[in-house]
Amino acid sequence: MTTSRSKPLLSRVADAVYWMGRYTERAENVARFIGVNQNLMLDSPRGGGDQWQPIVDTTGDRAAFLKRYNIATKENVVRFLVFDAENPNSIRSCVLAARENARSVRDTISSEMWEQINTLYLLITEESRKPQPAMQPEFCHQVRMACHLFQGITHATMSHNEAWHFIRLGGMLERADKTTRMLDVKYFILLPLVTDVGTPYDDIQWAAVLKSVSGLEMYRKRFGRISPDRIVEFLLLDGEFPRAVRYCIGLADASLHSITGTRPAAFSCASEQRIGMLRSELDYAQVESILKGGLHEFFDSLETKMNTIDECILGDFFGQRPQSAGAGG
Amino acid sequence: MYFSSYDTEGFYDEMFDGAGTPRPHARLLVETVEELSDGHLLRYKHAAERLLLQMGITFNVYGDSAGTERIFPFDLIPRIVPAVEWDHIERGLKQRVHALNAFIDDIYHDQKILRDGVIPRDIVLSAVSYRKQCHGLNPPWRVWCHVTGTDLVRDRDGVYYVLEDNLRVPSGVSYVLENREVLKTIFPAVFEGLSVRPVNDYPSHLLEMLESIAPAAPSNPSVVLLTPGIYNSAYFEHSFLAQQMGIQLVEGRDLLVDGGRVFMRTTKGLEHVDVIYRRIDDDFLDPQAFREDSVLGVPGLMAAYRSGHVALANAPGNGVADDKVIYAYVPEIIRYYEGADAILPNVPTYLCWRDSDRAYVLEHLAELVVKSANESGGYGMLVGPHSTVKQQEEFAEKIQANPRNYIAQPTLALSRVPTIVGDHFEGRHVDLRPYILCGRDIYVLPGGLTRVAMTKGSLVVNSSQGGGSKDTWVQAAAPEIQEGQQQQ
Repeated sequence: MTTSRSKPLLSRVADAVYWMGRYTERAENVARFIGVNQNLMLDSPRGGGDQWQPIVDTTGDRAAFLKRYNIATKENVVRFLVFDAENPNSIRSCVLAARENARSVRDTISSEMWEQINTLYLLITEESRKPQPAMQPEFCHQVRMACHLFQGITHATMSHNEAWHFIRLGGMLERADKTTRMLDVKYFILLPLVTDVGTPYDDIQWAAVLKSVSGLEMYRKRFGRISPDRIVEFLLLDGEFPRAVRYCIGLADASLHSITGTRPAAFSCASEQRIGMLRSELDYAQVESILKGGLHEFFDSLETKMNTIDECILGDFFGQRPQSAGAGG
Repeated sequence: MYFSSYDTEGFYDEMFDGAGTPRPHARLLVETVEELSDGHLLRYKHAAERLLLQMGITFNVYGDSAGTERIFPFDLIPRIVPAVEWDHIERGLKQRVHALNAFIDDIYHDQKILRDGVIPRDIVLSAVSYRKQCHGLNPPWRVWCHVTGTDLVRDRDGVYYVLEDNLRVPSGVSYVLENREVLKTIFPAVFEGLSVRPVNDYPSHLLEMLESIAPAAPSNPSVVLLTPGIYNSAYFEHSFLAQQMGIQLVEGRDLLVDGGRVFMRTTKGLEHVDVIYRRIDDDFLDPQAFREDSVLGVPGLMAAYRSGHVALANAPGNGVADDKVIYAYVPEIIRYYEGADAILPNVPTYLCWRDSDRAYVLEHLAELVVKSANESGGYGMLVGPHSTVKQQEEFAEKIQANPRNYIAQPTLALSRVPTIVGDHFEGRHVDLRPYILCGRDIYVLPGGLTRVAMTKGSLVVNSSQGGGSKDTWVQAAAPEIQEGQQQQ
């Protein structure tokens, strides 16, 4: 296999690059959600009101938000999700964490990767130091593009070795998680609006869901008409769209196999077993039976499985102990 | 920008002679700089600073709010060392490092030099950096100082003096390499035409040296660089060197000792380690051997080292020769082991443990530079002419309380190099830190870190005290100079 001949990878380094992959992906997704929502608000009927709260729900930080900000105004939500240093999932915190991780493994990643993540860090810190940080879509766009650039640089300048696969593993699991959460939140907000079904507004809302994952155009090519069930199918089960859950889990599984050197469809450790099970579940699933069994229940079990995979990765790779008892460390 | 109003103010200037005429080796540089259009140099300067920030070439300042990163100020005007001067420096440094290795090996074995009375036994045994744990150790090639960063200064007369040896974990070499890269990127026109010796093969020499000390000569030794972590002020350099050499950058928690051997924890289990280039002080290396409260080190490392299963660079205990009181004896050390006079002189040094010296020092505090024997980075130091009466009194008390711990030297009028200040040039004091690698052979990097005191009149060049750096250009020997080689 490709990774078997290169130098061994320190557990600490594997841990750090895995989280670097996760945090850059997380920052990108948060920037994307905000950007799309800002755009959507411009199209929504006057008094569309409480449309910022769902964005906070998507990142899974509802309680933390409500504790410190009363209402989900645009200003509050943007501040919380972009610049708030106390919110561990704000873009600023994610970029800071990604950079700290990158800094601790500067010798493992390419100089270009480090410079790009450092540039992103300087962009965020400069902006957040201003008394009135940018609330414009332009800034979210900049962050998103900077994250894309980082991913592109990672792909093009770093050997696709074991460490690279840990970066991709983290990135793909994070992306699958974010697509799942976004779909979960949106589906249940949008579906009850029976009065809107079939109206232009309904279409716009669903188109926004797809845009949140840059999926509108690709969806159109695949299914044409906007339909909630087909959107669920596309974002959960598509095998080619890079932000679809099945696609992400497929790549994560492939990276894990590159890391261990185990042949495809076999497993050598707990994380490999769990991710293989999830992968085949998604490979053979049908959207109709998922909807019949309850979409929210499906999302819940998906989250649980992904959390288990994350825990297994930690146990399998990041915590090497000496073999003999009583040794130091 | 022009040098027409530049004033050497009676100091030895690296670029201009006393009459304000460019020295022969600097003529081309002066011309090229003056031919640049208005504002060019300042634009270059800003481009360089932007580049350094983007590359994240920063250091942390201790005592500053946690995690503060600053770029190391960098001045575009290089310092040029002519070939003949460099030849003299190189020979002097090789001689010095060779003698210091012999000295340290002797101290941890037979102590002949003490028995012969060349240095008082008490002075050596009372050095804070003397480690009795190192007695009887036999590092490969009997080398204890693998990487040395000797500080050289020039006084008003232009003579190069050794100010400090920095044998323990000298840092700064990454700036030498990065400064050169920046200068080549933004200043190519100036660079062309001058025959400057390259420095970018330093990591290859360093790796070769580290592999040369591997125990039991495995064909492909596993070499790692041990760092205290990302909050250390030199972390950038640790990661940079590891990356350039293609070796693992490890922290203490990545390593463990099992059955007398050192391993690192990897995703595939434990991997054997042969050579550790450690950038952690002796004190923190192994809580079982040195400071018990150290969480940076590796328990059991010294035992593994003692049994010969792992090599450490630099060798623990070598700091004994870095003590500033023992420094004063280096000329005698060279004479004792090399049978020759030191090629590079020491700065004259008063030893406060000697009654007559101490009396002199206490009377002349306002003129002298006082240093504590075991501190570095510009800490624990009094620069007499720039000090207040109160500071002098504090030092007088410290000296009387612990005379062994203090030395004093005359305040040298360090040489200067033109430096960009605002929109013009002013002279700023500099020193020079060349890097010497010693394994099977001794290698001196042609160049080094020229540190510059950015504050007007200041003599303190340390980065922790607001110093900056300059690129150092060692000129290749022209064929005709090589023929009639002369000293100074």
